[in-house]
Amino acid sequence: MLTIGLTHYLIVSAVLFCCGVFTMTTKRNAVGILIGVELVLNSAALNFVAFDRYLGPGRIDGQIGALFVVVLAAAEAAIAVGICVNVYKNLSTIDVDKATQLRG
Amino acid sequence: MCGRMRLTDRFLVAVLCGAMVSAATGDVSSESAVIDRIGVTNAAPSGGLLDAFMFYSVATAIVVSAVGVCLTKNIVRMAVWLFVCLGSVATAYFLLAANFLGAIQLIVYAGGTLILLIFGVMLTSKSPWVRFDAKWGEVLAAGAVCVAMLVVLSIVLRGTTWQPASQVVPGVAVADLGVKLLTAYVVPFEVAGLLLMIVMVGAAHLARQDK
Repeated sequence: MLTIGLTHYLIVSAVLFCCGVFTMTTKRNAVGILIGVELVLNSAALNFVAFDRYLGPGRIDGQIGALFVVVLAAAEAAIAVGICVNVYKNLSTIDVDKATQLRG
Repeated sequence: MCGRMRLTDRFLVAVLCGAMVSAATGDVSSESAVIDRIGVTNAAPSGGLLDAFMFYSVATAIVVSAVGVCLTKNIVRMAVWLFVCLGSVATAYFLLAANFLGAIQLIVYAGGTLILLIFGVMLTSKSPWVRFDAKWGEVLAAGAVCVAMLVVLSIVLRGTTWQPASQVVPGVAVADLGVKLLTAYVVPFEVAGLLLMIVMVGAAHLARQDK
């Protein structure tokens, strides 16, 4: 119990993942869904770093994977916020249930 | 009106202060730990009472803030909980001896992506207290699915035995990370650069005023 192993980090990461999925499925606000995606991406990156530390220390492949996760999350957030602002401009709401047509 | 704080607000402020303190202390202790480890070993971390205490405090911060994100209805509070969560995950990176990644997490994620999300909140709501609630049935179904997934994942993870690395290797420096990024991972690195440029152009196009 006192010796912290890989399983401890993986379980924390699993909790993070499940909270992210719950946020994505229950929120109606598009920015809220985006926040859920960030939680899921963070859990994946935490898994990468934990595997890197415990299974292959010194090889830093996992850290590079987590680095790419951070880059992709930043890019995804920029585009998604741009889309949210456009949806709000066209429909004057950001409720994802109201956005039912593709044509702006 | 502003003199009285709600109980949840007080709790949020207390958690925020605690997270900042824990982030600061985690930074300092992991720095000294890295100085100890360099040249000695980077294989399996030594299990100690301090390590366990640090891990459990960070894990508690991560779990509490993640649950706070999913249970809060208010979008602004969700963003604040997400900030706490990202800071706690950065502290976990420091504990896992990934110092550069922890710094990147704090700078890019907590400093850049989260600010972008908060701008999104501010630009897309008439009042910051706007909320859209899901139906109770949907919330119950999603909660049941997520709890079931968590239980199954925990059972599988606890039942799996990993082969921890036993060889002794020197500690990694940021220079190793850079060398590897420009040798073994040069193609993903360049693709990521191209993607960032496409995203920049795309975001500018999406945010253009005159269509």
